[in-house]
Amino acid sequence: MTSTTITDHPKGFSFSEYATCLTGIVWREGLRFLHQRERFVSALVRPLVWLFIFAAGFRQVLGISIIPPYETYILYEVYIAPGLMAMIQLFNGMQSSLSMVYDREMGNMRTLLVSPLPRGYLLFCKLLAGTAVSLLQVYAFLLIAWFWDITPPTSGYLTVLPALALSGLMLGALGMLISSGIKQLENFAGVMNFVIFPMFFASSALYPLWRVQEGSPWLYYVCQANPFTHAVELIRFALYGKINWISLAVVAGCTAVFMIGAILAYDPSRGLARRGPAGGET
Amino acid sequence: MGHHDHAAMTMADAAGGDRALPSAETQQAAAGLAALSIDGIGHSYGPRRALVDISFTVAPASFTALLGLNGAGKSTLFSLVTRLFGIQTGKISIFGHDISREPGEALRLLGVVFQPRTLDLDLSLKQNLLYHAALHGIGRREATERSVELLARIGLSDRSASKVRDLSGGQMRRLEIARALLHRPRLLLLDEPTVGLDVKARADIIGHVRQLVAEQSIGVLWATHLFDEITASDDLVVLHQGKMLARGRVPDVIAKAGGQDVHSAFMRLTQGAVTGGSEP
Repeated sequence: MTSTTITDHPKGFSFSEYATCLTGIVWREGLRFLHQRERFVSALVRPLVWLFIFAAGFRQVLGISIIPPYETYILYEVYIAPGLMAMIQLFNGMQSSLSMVYDREMGNMRTLLVSPLPRGYLLFCKLLAGTAVSLLQVYAFLLIAWFWDITPPTSGYLTVLPALALSGLMLGALGMLISSGIKQLENFAGVMNFVIFPMFFASSALYPLWRVQEGSPWLYYVCQANPFTHAVELIRFALYGKINWISLAVVAGCTAVFMIGAILAYDPSRGLARRGPAGGET
Repeated sequence: MGHHDHAAMTMADAAGGDRALPSAETQQAAAGLAALSIDGIGHSYGPRRALVDISFTVAPASFTALLGLNGAGKSTLFSLVTRLFGIQTGKISIFGHDISREPGEALRLLGVVFQPRTLDLDLSLKQNLLYHAALHGIGRREATERSVELLARIGLSDRSASKVRDLSGGQMRRLEIARALLHRPRLLLLDEPTVGLDVKARADIIGHVRQLVAEQSIGVLWATHLFDEITASDDLVVLHQGKMLARGRVPDVIAKAGGQDVHSAFMRLTQGAVTGGSEP
């Protein structure tokens, strides 16, 4: 043997290898999703409870004036629909990211991470696959909401897609960053209390921010600084064929920052160390 | 490729004693390129030292048994080679590719069967294989061809569309080995692959892997705590409480330890080392 290394392939990876890998990861996530009906049902029930019960009750209490992107008076149900779409993605992002970092999906993460493709790319694909699943959930929700008289313009179903893709990616990356970076948030109850609830309530999902401002100016600033508010507004505007540029900029910027942070912070040994080096099952 | 050179080299190591181990580089130069080279690897979980200064090589087309009790550090070592853990001290190369510097090139040549099952139970055999192929950038058509071939080899062709959940433990292991071979690696790592299997399934798996060594010249590192899985023609690395107690050809390790077989050699080696609470 004269050479100092053995290489069976040309160095580096071709575009088609990257593409095959991405397709494979998304395809698998889709298949798993189809097999996990309970997960799908619970992902749908949560926003529907808000829509059918909470919104119906609150309708009389909260009057919504005409604010962009709406051009007429709207029902409260119509107002909170985009917030609930974002909530679906928030839950989905936190859940799937948590299982990537901790043991539930550890078996799968092992097989994923011994892929020769760059680790950052693999994690990106995984987040993208999680986002794809959240899209299916959101569209199923929109379908049911349509029967509840939440009828955005038909083209809105298409124009909201890129907004949902971006917000889903942002929330998935945030979930991964949080569960990698904060040791205490290793179970879903912790994430619910300290991440999901504050993000959801301190946002424009349930009430327009001008109302918040009347009640509590400091809460208004908190809501403004909350990336989830911008995810909701991005979705809200896109659903009516409009672009909220500020929200787009915030969501795009946060996605990039969270993604880079998540990839840097991700440490597979954390999920393994919890059950000893032998690790957990899929 | 110099399996015999490698044997000579490891024998010399055994004669030279544990303290005067030559570096992995020297071994490589003498033995041709190692499939796997572990050089001065140490690892700690906080204050607990899981591995201390481990160095050995696995030659191409050889079967190296990594023998140790539970908690000896075998799985930690596997996690380091597969890059699940970051390397703290030392260096690991696969066919000359440093896994820290050229992870992509190194991992392309590596197939792994982890100790815990890592299959998707709700997906079919074929879907599991196609997913793995995609992770290696192998396109659908090529992947399908290889899957058919590999499923035939492990005698599960007719189960291709079944859910993995419906397989027996032994069948799942065979599928995991087939999956690990899908991207045609030259080095195969197996972490206690026969745990929980019956005698027949164990014999099948170990026979299958030995065949891979003989027919396809794959270098194998087989972690185990079962003495009867090791034969006289194997290379052996003995790991105990994170330390490497011996390495070399099986007969040489036995002779040096002064035992009659692998079992007695292991007992003598581990008694000479730190006394621990583990049961053999």
